[in-house]
Amino acid sequence: MIKEIIFMNGYGIYVWSAFLFTFLSFISLYVITKSQYVREKNKFIVKFGTLDSERADFARSQSINKEILSNTSKI
Amino acid sequence: MFKFLEPNRIFSITSKAPRYVFILFIIVFFIGLFEALVLSPEDYKQSHSVRIMYVHVPAAWISIGIFSTITFLSIIGYIFKIKNFFLISKSLAPSGLVFNVIALVTGSIWGKPTWGTWWAWDARITSMLILALFYLMYLISWRIYDDNDKVYKISSIITIFGIINVPIIKYSVDWWNTLHQPASINIFSQSSIHESMLLPLLIMTAAFALFSLLIFLMKYNTELIKIKNKGLDRL
Repeated sequence: MIKEIIFMNGYGIYVWSAFLFTFLSFISLYVITKSQYVREKNKFIVKFGTLDSERADFARSQSINKEILSNTSKI
Repeated sequence: MFKFLEPNRIFSITSKAPRYVFILFIIVFFIGLFEALVLSPEDYKQSHSVRIMYVHVPAAWISIGIFSTITFLSIIGYIFKIKNFFLISKSLAPSGLVFNVIALVTGSIWGKPTWGTWWAWDARITSMLILALFYLMYLISWRIYDDNDKVYKISSIITIFGIINVPIIKYSVDWWNTLHQPASINIFSQSSIHESMLLPLLIMTAAFALFSLLIFLMKYNTELIKIKNKGLDRL
């Protein structure tokens, strides 16, 4: 059973390489997108930290800014 | 008209949604993999190589679907001046390109044991390659132009030219004598694929759609934060 799943009558090399390529493409796209997201978010937090209190209060009054600062999205 | 889609209103949803979409994707993807690699039967002609279909076909469907969506949003966005539609289109494009590349590469891998060649300049394969070039041009246009009005115009023109290729991809196997087999699944008529193969195919399509939704949400949130970063500079 296991042997058949691995070798697939000689077609295993083709099937597994197609699935592996798909899997690696998914991981690469996810990692690149995630790193871009984290970079922009960190940039936002750093910039927000440099604002004086009046500007920071104004920026915090905007719903998206509040959401970015409070968002703890782990994904 | 499309006020309910404004970033201010939907960011609270788009910023939290990725984690739930990710969990759902993992569940559906592993069910799909088990169905595709273990439970589904081998083909009487192609033997086990038919299993490549479970990654090749969903990838092709989704890349074509994403390009059609991008075109629709770009045209509507350009006519009604809805900037958010361009942002959505831009966020959809990377996953569309990756699915297009997956379709081409897995198709090439499938071609070797079934046709005896990795590549053929056949109408279906060539038109899919052309779609990948349109995806590239679309993404490059966003990198080249800083001026928003210019990039909206150029990217819309690229999608309008690119969408001409979509019916060519769909009907290439009927219009020309190609190595690529004709469609096995028809929405409006009887499909020639057996349900034991259709089920894993649909599950894998759902998994791929969830993955593209996940990437779209992450990319869209990144684009919104980028805009907000520029807003902080202006304060």
